[in-house]
Amino acid sequence: MSGLRRTCLHDLHLALGARMVPFAGYEMPVQYPSGVLREHLHTREKAGLFDVSHMGQVLLVPRQGGVEEAARDLEALVPVDVLGLPAGRQRYGLFTDDSGGILDDLMIANRGDHLFVVVNASRKEADLAHMRAALRATDAALVEDRALIALQGPRAAAALAQLVPDVADMAFMDVAVRTWDGVGLWISRSGYTGEDGFEISVPAPFAEAFARRLLADPDVAPVGLGARDSLRLEAGLCLYGHDIDETTTPVEAGLAWAIQKVRRTGGARAGGFPGAGRILAELEGGPARRRMGLRPEGRAPMREGTEIYADETGGAPVGRVTSGGFGPSIDGPMAMAYLPAGLTEGATVWGDVRGRRLPARIVPMPFQPTRYRR
Amino acid sequence: MKYTEEHEWLRPEGDVVTVGITAHAAEQLGDVVFVELPEAGRRVSRGDEVAVIESVKAASDILAPVDGEIVEVNPALADNPGLVNEDPTGAAWFFRMRPADPAALDAFMDEAAYRALVG
Repeated sequence: MSGLRRTCLHDLHLALGARMVPFAGYEMPVQYPSGVLREHLHTREKAGLFDVSHMGQVLLVPRQGGVEEAARDLEALVPVDVLGLPAGRQRYGLFTDDSGGILDDLMIANRGDHLFVVVNASRKEADLAHMRAALRATDAALVEDRALIALQGPRAAAALAQLVPDVADMAFMDVAVRTWDGVGLWISRSGYTGEDGFEISVPAPFAEAFARRLLADPDVAPVGLGARDSLRLEAGLCLYGHDIDETTTPVEAGLAWAIQKVRRTGGARAGGFPGAGRILAELEGGPARRRMGLRPEGRAPMREGTEIYADETGGAPVGRVTSGGFGPSIDGPMAMAYLPAGLTEGATVWGDVRGRRLPARIVPMPFQPTRYRR
Repeated sequence: MKYTEEHEWLRPEGDVVTVGITAHAAEQLGDVVFVELPEAGRRVSRGDEVAVIESVKAASDILAPVDGEIVEVNPALADNPGLVNEDPTGAAWFFRMRPADPAALDAFMDEAAYRALVG
Protein backbone atom coordinates (compact mmCIF):
# COMPACT_ATOMS: atom_id res chain seq x y z
CA MET A 1 0.00 0.00 0.00
CA SER A 2 2.59 2.47 -1.16
CA GLY A 3 1.82 6.16 -1.30
CA LEU A 4 -0.64 5.88 1.56
CA ARG A 5 -0.26 7.84 4.75
CA ARG A 6 -0.28 6.19 8.15
CA THR A 7 -1.71 7.44 11.39
CA CYS A 8 0.43 7.47 14.51
CA LEU A 9 -1.50 4.42 15.74
CA HIS A 10 -0.37 2.33 12.75
CA ASP A 11 1.96 0.07 14.75
CA LEU A 12 -0.77 -0.50 17.31
CA HIS A 13 -3.21 -1.60 14.59
CA LEU A 14 -0.68 -4.12 13.29
CA ALA A 15 0.05 -5.37 16.79
CA LEU A 16 -3.68 -5.86 17.32
CA GLY A 17 -3.90 -7.94 14.14
CA ALA A 18 -5.87 -5.42 12.08
CA ARG A 19 -6.56 -5.92 8.40
CA MET A 20 -5.42 -2.68 6.80
CA VAL A 21 -7.08 -1.16 3.73
CA PRO A 22 -6.66 2.08 1.77
CA PHE A 23 -9.15 4.72 2.86
CA ALA A 24 -9.09 8.42 1.93
CA GLY A 25 -5.37 8.28 1.23
CA TYR A 26 -4.58 6.48 4.49
CA GLU A 27 -3.82 2.92 5.44
CA MET A 28 -6.58 2.20 7.94
CA PRO A 29 -7.86 -0.80 9.93
CA VAL A 30 -11.08 -2.13 8.38
CA GLN A 31 -11.39 -4.78 11.10
CA TYR A 32 -9.49 -6.60 13.81
CA PRO A 33 -9.47 -10.39 14.26
CA SER A 34 -12.85 -10.49 16.04
CA GLY A 35 -14.53 -9.18 12.87
CA VAL A 36 -17.03 -6.49 11.93
CA LEU A 37 -20.08 -8.13 13.49
CA ARG A 38 -18.56 -8.59 16.95
CA GLU A 39 -16.87 -5.18 16.86
CA HIS A 40 -20.21 -3.58 16.05
CA LEU A 41 -22.09 -5.40 18.81
CA HIS A 42 -19.30 -4.79 21.32
CA THR A 43 -19.58 -1.04 20.70
CA ARG A 44 -23.34 -1.14 21.33
CA GLU A 45 -22.91 -3.27 24.46
CA LYS A 46 -19.69 -1.93 25.98
CA ALA A 47 -17.18 0.39 24.30
CA GLY A 48 -15.31 0.52 21.00
CA LEU A 49 -12.06 2.38 20.36
CA PHE A 50 -11.69 3.84 16.86
CA ASP A 51 -8.67 5.50 15.28
CA VAL A 52 -10.06 8.50 13.42
CA SER A 53 -6.72 10.29 13.17
CA HIS A 54 -7.10 10.48 9.39
CA MET A 55 -9.80 13.10 9.86
CA GLY A 56 -8.80 16.74 9.56
CA GLN A 57 -8.41 18.66 12.81
CA VAL A 58 -8.32 22.37 12.05
CA LEU A 59 -7.85 25.35 14.34
CA LEU A 60 -9.58 28.56 13.29
CA VAL A 61 -7.86 31.39 15.10
CA PRO A 62 -8.91 35.03 14.69
CA ARG A 63 -5.98 37.30 13.85
CA GLN A 64 -7.45 39.98 16.09
CA GLY A 65 -10.28 40.03 18.57
CA GLY A 66 -12.22 37.19 20.10
CA VAL A 67 -13.75 33.95 18.93
CA GLU A 68 -16.71 35.87 17.51
CA GLU A 69 -14.44 37.12 14.71
CA ALA A 70 -13.72 33.53 13.62
CA ALA A 71 -17.38 32.60 14.11
CA ARG A 72 -18.55 35.46 11.92
CA ASP A 73 -16.01 34.46 9.28
CA LEU A 74 -17.06 30.81 9.32
CA GLU A 75 -20.73 31.70 9.07
CA ALA A 76 -20.03 32.86 5.52
CA LEU A 77 -19.35 29.21 4.62
CA VAL A 78 -21.89 27.26 6.68
CA PRO A 79 -25.67 27.65 7.21
CA VAL A 80 -25.04 27.24 10.93
CA ASP A 81 -25.40 29.52 13.94
CA VAL A 82 -21.72 29.65 14.87
CA LEU A 83 -21.89 33.03 16.63
CA GLY A 84 -24.50 31.63 18.99
CA LEU A 85 -22.42 28.57 19.87
CA PRO A 86 -21.33 29.01 23.50
CA ALA A 87 -17.77 28.41 24.64
CA GLY A 88 -17.25 24.76 25.49
CA ARG A 89 -19.92 23.59 23.06
CA GLN A 90 -19.84 21.88 19.67
CA ARG A 91 -22.34 21.54 16.86
CA TYR A 92 -22.69 19.78 13.52
CA GLY A 93 -22.24 21.84 10.38
CA LEU A 94 -22.02 21.71 6.61
CA PHE A 95 -19.93 23.51 4.01
CA THR A 96 -22.30 24.38 1.17
CA ASP A 97 -21.57 25.50 -2.38
CA ASP A 98 -23.23 28.16 -4.52
CA SER A 99 -25.79 25.71 -5.90
CA GLY A 100 -26.79 24.57 -2.40
CA GLY A 101 -24.85 21.29 -2.56
CA ILE A 102 -22.75 19.97 0.30
CA LEU A 103 -18.95 20.25 0.11
CA ASP A 104 -18.38 18.46 3.41
CA ASP A 105 -19.89 17.95 6.82
CA LEU A 106 -17.97 18.89 9.94
CA MET A 107 -18.02 19.41 13.69
CA ILE A 108 -17.54 22.97 14.93
CA ALA A 109 -16.38 23.59 18.49
CA ASN A 110 -16.08 26.89 20.35
CA ARG A 111 -12.93 26.69 22.46
CA GLY A 112 -13.24 30.07 24.14
CA ASP A 113 -10.89 32.21 22.08
CA HIS A 114 -10.88 30.22 18.84
CA LEU A 115 -12.80 27.55 16.93
CA PHE A 116 -11.78 23.94 16.39
CA VAL A 117 -13.32 22.01 13.53
CA VAL A 118 -13.06 18.37 12.48
CA VAL A 119 -13.59 17.58 8.79
CA ASN A 120 -13.62 14.41 6.71
CA ALA A 121 -10.28 12.87 5.73
CA SER A 122 -11.14 12.79 2.04
CA ARG A 123 -12.03 16.48 2.08
CA LYS A 124 -9.47 18.06 4.39
CA GLU A 125 -7.18 19.55 1.74
CA ALA A 126 -10.16 20.92 -0.20
CA ASP A 127 -11.79 22.23 2.99
CA LEU A 128 -8.58 23.97 4.06
CA ALA A 129 -8.24 25.69 0.70
CA HIS A 130 -11.94 26.62 0.82
CA MET A 131 -11.61 28.13 4.29
CA ARG A 132 -8.34 29.93 3.59
CA ALA A 133 -9.84 31.52 0.49
CA ALA A 134 -12.93 32.75 2.30
CA LEU A 135 -12.00 33.52 5.91
CA ARG A 136 -11.12 37.19 5.94
CA ALA A 137 -9.62 37.65 9.36
CA THR A 138 -9.10 34.11 10.61
CA ASP A 139 -6.16 31.73 10.18
CA ALA A 140 -6.95 28.08 9.42
CA ALA A 141 -4.23 25.73 10.67
CA LEU A 142 -4.27 21.98 10.10
CA VAL A 143 -3.28 20.13 13.26
CA GLU A 144 -0.89 17.42 12.12
CA ASP A 145 0.76 16.43 15.37
CA ARG A 146 -2.25 14.98 17.15
CA ALA A 147 -4.11 11.70 16.86
CA LEU A 148 -7.89 11.55 17.10
CA ILE A 149 -9.39 8.63 18.99
CA ALA A 150 -13.10 7.93 19.29
CA LEU A 151 -14.34 5.97 22.29
CA GLN A 152 -17.97 4.99 21.78
CA GLY A 153 -20.54 2.95 23.63
CA PRO A 154 -22.41 2.74 26.95
CA ARG A 155 -19.19 1.93 28.86
CA ALA A 156 -17.14 4.68 27.18
CA ALA A 157 -17.64 7.23 29.94
CA ALA A 158 -16.64 4.83 32.70
CA ALA A 159 -13.60 3.66 30.74
CA LEU A 160 -12.39 7.19 30.02
CA ALA A 161 -13.12 8.35 33.58
CA GLN A 162 -10.57 5.84 34.87
CA LEU A 163 -7.88 7.82 33.08
CA VAL A 164 -9.47 11.25 33.07
CA PRO A 165 -11.86 11.48 36.05
CA ASP A 166 -13.20 14.92 35.18
CA VAL A 167 -15.06 13.89 32.01
CA ALA A 168 -18.09 12.54 33.84
CA ASP A 169 -19.68 15.99 34.03
CA MET A 170 -19.45 16.61 30.28
CA ALA A 171 -22.80 16.62 28.45
CA PHE A 172 -23.43 15.54 24.86
CA MET A 173 -21.63 17.97 22.50
CA ASP A 174 -19.61 19.57 25.29
CA VAL A 175 -15.93 20.17 24.51
CA ALA A 176 -13.16 20.57 27.06
CA VAL A 177 -9.41 20.38 27.56
CA ARG A 178 -8.43 17.80 30.18
CA THR A 179 -5.10 16.32 31.19
CA TRP A 180 -3.98 12.72 31.44
CA ASP A 181 -0.55 12.22 33.04
CA GLY A 182 0.24 15.82 32.20
CA VAL A 183 -0.76 15.38 28.56
CA GLY A 184 -3.35 17.83 27.23
CA LEU A 185 -6.37 16.13 25.69
CA TRP A 186 -8.95 17.93 23.58
CA ILE A 187 -12.14 16.06 24.37
CA SER A 188 -15.63 16.30 22.96
CA ARG A 189 -18.57 14.22 24.13
CA SER A 190 -19.71 13.17 20.69
CA GLY A 191 -19.15 10.59 18.02
CA TYR A 192 -20.68 8.95 15.00
CA THR A 193 -22.15 5.67 16.21
CA GLY A 194 -25.42 6.75 17.83
CA GLU A 195 -23.98 5.87 21.24
CA ASP A 196 -22.72 8.00 24.09
CA GLY A 197 -19.01 8.53 23.71
CA PHE A 198 -16.06 10.82 23.20
CA GLU A 199 -13.67 11.99 20.55
CA ILE A 200 -10.26 12.64 22.05
CA SER A 201 -7.46 14.55 20.35
CA VAL A 202 -4.14 13.36 21.76
CA PRO A 203 -0.60 14.62 21.02
CA ALA A 204 0.94 12.09 18.62
CA PRO A 205 3.83 10.99 20.87
CA PHE A 206 1.37 9.90 23.57
CA ALA A 207 -1.38 8.50 21.34
CA GLU A 208 -0.38 4.84 21.38
CA ALA A 209 0.19 4.79 25.14
CA PHE A 210 -3.17 6.46 25.69
CA ALA A 211 -4.96 4.02 23.37
CA ARG A 212 -3.26 1.06 25.06
CA ARG A 213 -4.35 2.30 28.48
CA LEU A 214 -7.96 2.48 27.27
CA LEU A 215 -7.68 -0.96 25.64
CA ALA A 216 -6.41 -2.42 28.91
CA ASP A 217 -9.96 -2.00 30.20
CA PRO A 218 -11.77 -5.29 29.39
CA ASP A 219 -14.83 -3.29 28.32
CA VAL A 220 -12.87 -1.54 25.55
CA ALA A 221 -12.14 -3.27 22.23
CA PRO A 222 -10.60 -1.88 19.03
CA VAL A 223 -13.09 -1.32 16.22
CA GLY A 224 -12.31 -0.81 12.53
CA LEU A 225 -13.87 1.10 9.66
CA GLY A 226 -16.19 -1.79 8.79
CA ALA A 227 -18.13 -1.57 12.04
CA ARG A 228 -17.82 2.21 12.09
CA ASP A 229 -19.83 2.18 8.87
CA SER A 230 -22.55 -0.21 10.08
CA LEU A 231 -22.81 1.69 13.39
CA ARG A 232 -23.26 5.08 11.74
CA LEU A 233 -25.72 3.68 9.21
CA GLU A 234 -27.87 2.13 11.96
CA ALA A 235 -27.80 5.54 13.66
CA GLY A 236 -29.08 7.14 10.43
CA LEU A 237 -25.96 9.29 10.06
CA CYS A 238 -24.68 10.44 6.66
CA LEU A 239 -21.35 9.44 5.15
CA TYR A 240 -19.86 12.18 3.00
CA GLY A 241 -19.32 11.14 -0.62
CA HIS A 242 -22.13 8.60 -0.34
CA ASP A 243 -25.25 10.00 1.35
CA ILE A 244 -24.32 13.65 0.92
CA ASP A 245 -22.19 15.45 -1.66
CA GLU A 246 -22.25 18.40 -4.06
CA THR A 247 -25.41 17.03 -5.70
CA THR A 248 -27.47 16.93 -2.50
CA THR A 249 -28.71 19.90 -0.48
CA PRO A 250 -28.94 19.95 3.32
CA VAL A 251 -32.75 20.01 3.12
CA GLU A 252 -32.92 17.05 0.73
CA ALA A 253 -30.52 15.23 3.03
CA GLY A 254 -32.80 15.71 6.04
CA LEU A 255 -30.20 17.90 7.72
CA ALA A 256 -32.39 21.00 8.07
CA TRP A 257 -32.03 20.60 11.86
CA ALA A 258 -28.42 21.73 11.41
CA ILE A 259 -29.65 25.10 10.10
CA GLN A 260 -30.65 27.14 13.13
CA LYS A 261 -33.50 29.66 13.03
CA VAL A 262 -31.18 32.65 13.06
CA ARG A 263 -29.79 31.65 9.63
CA ARG A 264 -33.23 30.99 8.10
CA THR A 265 -35.59 33.42 6.40
CA GLY A 266 -36.73 35.92 9.03
CA GLY A 267 -33.74 35.21 11.28
CA ALA A 268 -31.36 37.94 12.43
CA ARG A 269 -28.56 36.56 10.21
CA ALA A 270 -30.66 34.87 7.53
CA GLY A 271 -28.74 33.59 4.54
CA GLY A 272 -25.23 34.81 3.92
CA PHE A 273 -23.87 31.33 3.18
CA PRO A 274 -23.21 29.71 -0.23
CA GLY A 275 -26.36 28.40 -1.88
CA ALA A 276 -28.62 30.25 0.56
CA GLY A 277 -31.16 31.05 -2.18
CA ARG A 278 -31.93 27.42 -2.95
CA ILE A 279 -31.54 26.12 0.60
CA LEU A 280 -33.83 28.74 2.18
CA ALA A 281 -36.40 28.20 -0.57
CA GLU A 282 -36.34 24.45 0.09
CA LEU A 283 -36.78 25.07 3.82
CA GLU A 284 -39.94 27.04 3.01
CA GLY A 285 -41.40 25.02 0.17
CA GLY A 286 -39.94 21.57 0.80
CA PRO A 287 -37.52 19.73 -1.45
CA ALA A 288 -38.53 17.57 -4.42
CA ARG A 289 -36.76 14.56 -2.95
CA ARG A 290 -35.58 13.50 0.47
CA ARG A 291 -33.13 11.08 2.01
CA MET A 292 -35.22 8.28 3.47
CA GLY A 293 -34.58 5.12 5.43
CA LEU A 294 -35.42 1.73 3.95
CA ARG A 295 -35.88 -1.62 5.64
CA PRO A 296 -35.71 -4.31 2.92
CA GLU A 297 -37.93 -7.32 3.62
CA GLY A 298 -36.05 -10.56 4.15
CA ARG A 299 -32.33 -10.56 4.79
CA ALA A 300 -30.77 -9.56 1.47
CA PRO A 301 -29.04 -6.17 1.81
CA MET A 302 -29.65 -3.44 -0.77
CA ARG A 303 -26.17 -2.06 -1.32
CA GLU A 304 -25.11 1.40 -2.48
CA GLY A 305 -26.22 1.93 -6.09
CA THR A 306 -29.33 -0.25 -5.86
CA GLU A 307 -32.04 1.31 -8.07
CA ILE A 308 -35.33 1.93 -6.28
CA TYR A 309 -38.70 1.65 -8.05
CA ALA A 310 -42.14 2.83 -6.93
CA ASP A 311 -43.78 -0.30 -8.33
CA GLU A 312 -43.05 -3.99 -8.43
CA THR A 313 -42.93 -4.03 -12.23
CA GLY A 314 -42.31 -1.47 -14.95
CA GLY A 315 -41.55 2.21 -14.61
CA ALA A 316 -38.28 4.05 -14.27
CA PRO A 317 -36.22 4.14 -11.07
CA VAL A 318 -37.35 6.83 -8.62
CA GLY A 319 -34.12 6.81 -6.63
CA ARG A 320 -30.99 4.97 -5.70
CA VAL A 321 -29.48 3.62 -2.51
CA THR A 322 -26.64 5.81 -1.21
CA SER A 323 -25.64 3.56 1.71
CA GLY A 324 -26.90 0.08 2.37
CA GLY A 325 -25.87 -2.95 4.30
CA PHE A 326 -26.67 -5.25 7.15
CA GLY A 327 -27.30 -3.88 10.62
CA PRO A 328 -25.98 -6.26 13.27
CA SER A 329 -27.97 -4.62 16.08
CA ILE A 330 -31.24 -4.53 14.15
CA ASP A 331 -30.40 -7.99 12.77
CA GLY A 332 -31.46 -7.14 9.26
CA PRO A 333 -30.73 -5.10 6.18
CA MET A 334 -31.08 -1.30 6.07
CA ALA A 335 -30.46 1.37 3.48
CA MET A 336 -30.72 5.07 2.77
CA ALA A 337 -31.96 6.42 -0.55
CA TYR A 338 -33.07 9.73 -2.05
CA LEU A 339 -36.73 9.30 -3.01
CA PRO A 340 -39.47 11.63 -4.28
CA ALA A 341 -40.81 13.70 -1.38
CA GLY A 342 -44.33 12.42 -2.14
CA LEU A 343 -43.38 8.99 -0.83
CA THR A 344 -43.95 8.70 2.89
CA GLU A 345 -43.05 6.49 5.81
CA GLY A 346 -44.81 3.16 5.74
CA ALA A 347 -44.92 3.03 1.93
CA THR A 348 -43.39 0.07 0.12
CA VAL A 349 -40.88 0.54 -2.68
CA TRP A 350 -38.87 -2.02 -4.62
CA GLY A 351 -35.12 -2.32 -4.97
CA ASP A 352 -33.50 -4.09 -7.92
CA VAL A 353 -31.23 -6.71 -6.34
CA ARG A 354 -29.45 -8.79 -8.97
CA GLY A 355 -32.25 -8.32 -11.48
CA ARG A 356 -35.15 -8.96 -9.10
CA ARG A 357 -37.31 -6.35 -7.45
CA LEU A 358 -37.43 -6.93 -3.73
CA PRO A 359 -39.76 -4.96 -1.45
CA ALA A 360 -38.54 -2.48 1.14
CA ARG A 361 -40.51 -0.34 3.56
CA ILE A 362 -39.82 3.36 4.04
CA VAL A 363 -39.12 3.83 7.76
CA PRO A 364 -38.05 6.66 10.04
CA MET A 365 -34.38 6.92 10.98
CA PRO A 366 -32.39 6.14 13.03
CA PHE A 367 -32.84 2.42 12.46
CA GLN A 368 -31.39 1.79 15.92
CA PRO A 369 -32.39 4.17 18.74
CA THR A 370 -29.59 6.57 19.62
CA ARG A 371 -28.35 6.82 23.20
CA TYR A 372 -26.59 10.15 23.44
CA ARG A 373 -26.08 11.60 26.91
CA ARG A 374 -28.40 14.58 26.83
CA MET B 1 -11.04 -32.49 -2.54
CA LYS B 2 -10.41 -30.05 -5.40
CA TYR B 3 -10.17 -26.25 -5.36
CA THR B 4 -11.00 -23.50 -7.84
CA GLU B 5 -9.24 -20.18 -8.32
CA GLU B 6 -12.48 -18.59 -7.06
CA HIS B 7 -11.79 -20.19 -3.65
CA GLU B 8 -14.47 -22.84 -3.88
CA TRP B 9 -13.90 -26.38 -2.71
CA LEU B 10 -15.30 -29.35 -4.63
CA ARG B 11 -15.84 -32.70 -2.94
CA PRO B 12 -16.73 -35.50 -5.39
CA GLU B 13 -18.91 -38.32 -4.03
CA GLY B 14 -20.08 -40.79 -6.66
CA ASP B 15 -21.50 -38.87 -9.63
CA VAL B 16 -22.25 -35.80 -7.49
CA VAL B 17 -19.92 -33.03 -6.32
CA THR B 18 -20.51 -30.92 -3.22
CA VAL B 19 -19.46 -27.26 -3.49
CA GLY B 20 -18.58 -24.73 -0.78
CA ILE B 21 -16.14 -21.90 -0.14
CA THR B 22 -12.76 -22.31 1.52
CA ALA B 23 -11.86 -21.13 5.01
CA HIS B 24 -9.58 -18.58 3.38
CA ALA B 25 -12.49 -17.17 1.36
CA ALA B 26 -14.78 -17.13 4.39
CA GLU B 27 -12.21 -15.23 6.40
CA GLN B 28 -11.72 -12.69 3.62
CA LEU B 29 -15.47 -12.16 3.28
CA GLY B 30 -16.01 -11.57 6.95
CA ASP B 31 -19.23 -12.29 8.80
CA VAL B 32 -21.77 -13.74 6.39
CA VAL B 33 -25.31 -12.45 6.94
CA PHE B 34 -27.25 -13.80 3.96
CA VAL B 35 -26.87 -16.56 1.40
CA GLU B 36 -28.95 -16.86 -1.76
CA LEU B 37 -28.97 -20.38 -3.19
CA PRO B 38 -29.98 -21.75 -6.59
CA GLU B 39 -32.99 -23.99 -7.10
CA ALA B 40 -32.45 -27.71 -7.27
CA GLY B 41 -32.91 -28.96 -10.81
CA ARG B 42 -31.34 -25.89 -12.41
CA ARG B 43 -28.97 -26.62 -15.29
CA VAL B 44 -25.87 -24.45 -15.13
CA SER B 45 -22.82 -23.72 -17.23
CA ARG B 46 -19.35 -23.27 -15.86
CA GLY B 47 -18.93 -19.69 -14.64
CA ASP B 48 -22.65 -19.04 -14.13
CA GLU B 49 -23.46 -17.10 -10.99
CA VAL B 50 -25.43 -19.68 -9.03
CA ALA B 51 -25.34 -18.37 -5.48
CA VAL B 52 -24.67 -15.10 -3.66
CA ILE B 53 -23.00 -14.56 -0.31
CA GLU B 54 -23.66 -11.30 1.48
CA SER B 55 -21.25 -10.48 4.25
CA VAL B 56 -21.24 -7.41 6.48
CA LYS B 57 -18.88 -5.93 3.91
CA ALA B 58 -20.03 -6.89 0.43
CA ALA B 59 -21.83 -9.30 -1.86
CA SER B 60 -19.88 -12.06 -3.61
CA ASP B 61 -20.92 -14.53 -6.28
CA ILE B 62 -20.49 -18.26 -6.17
CA LEU B 63 -19.84 -19.56 -9.66
CA ALA B 64 -20.73 -22.95 -11.07
CA PRO B 65 -17.37 -24.73 -11.24
CA VAL B 66 -18.40 -26.97 -14.15
CA ASP B 67 -21.34 -27.58 -16.50
CA GLY B 68 -24.04 -29.68 -14.93
CA GLU B 69 -27.23 -29.78 -12.89
CA ILE B 70 -27.84 -28.56 -9.34
CA VAL B 71 -29.32 -31.52 -7.47
CA GLU B 72 -29.51 -30.25 -3.89
CA VAL B 73 -28.95 -27.04 -1.90
CA ASN B 74 -28.12 -26.64 1.78
CA PRO B 75 -31.25 -25.44 3.60
CA ALA B 76 -29.27 -24.76 6.80
CA LEU B 77 -27.60 -21.71 5.22
CA ALA B 78 -30.88 -19.82 4.83
CA ASP B 79 -31.55 -20.03 8.57
CA ASN B 80 -27.98 -19.69 9.72
CA PRO B 81 -25.73 -17.92 7.20
CA GLY B 82 -23.09 -17.59 9.94
CA LEU B 83 -22.32 -21.27 9.39
CA VAL B 84 -20.17 -20.12 6.48
CA ASN B 85 -17.77 -18.57 8.98
CA GLU B 86 -18.09 -21.30 11.60
CA ASP B 87 -17.65 -24.39 9.43
CA PRO B 88 -16.93 -23.38 5.83
CA THR B 89 -15.66 -26.75 4.65
CA GLY B 90 -18.21 -28.84 6.54
CA ALA B 91 -21.74 -27.87 7.55
CA ALA B 92 -21.70 -24.78 5.30
CA TRP B 93 -21.69 -26.56 1.94
CA PHE B 94 -23.68 -24.55 -0.63
CA PHE B 95 -25.01 -27.02 -3.18
CA ARG B 96 -24.50 -30.41 -4.76
CA MET B 97 -24.35 -30.73 -8.52
CA ARG B 98 -24.05 -33.51 -11.06
CA PRO B 99 -21.30 -32.57 -13.53
CA ALA B 100 -22.06 -33.15 -17.19
CA ASP B 101 -18.52 -34.47 -17.52
CA PRO B 102 -17.12 -36.03 -14.32
CA ALA B 103 -13.61 -35.75 -15.75
CA ALA B 104 -13.97 -31.95 -15.73
CA LEU B 105 -13.02 -31.95 -12.04
CA ASP B 106 -9.55 -33.27 -12.82
CA ALA B 107 -8.43 -29.87 -14.05
CA PHE B 108 -8.82 -28.18 -10.65
CA MET B 109 -6.15 -27.66 -8.00
CA ASP B 110 -5.42 -30.20 -5.33
CA GLU B 111 -4.95 -29.09 -1.74
CA ALA B 112 -1.20 -28.50 -2.07
CA ALA B 113 -1.68 -26.30 -5.13
CA TYR B 114 -4.46 -24.35 -3.42
CA ARG B 115 -2.37 -23.81 -0.31
CA ALA B 116 0.40 -22.47 -2.52
CA LEU B 117 -2.11 -20.07 -4.15
CA VAL B 118 -3.36 -18.55 -0.90
CA GLY B 119 0.08 -18.59 0.69
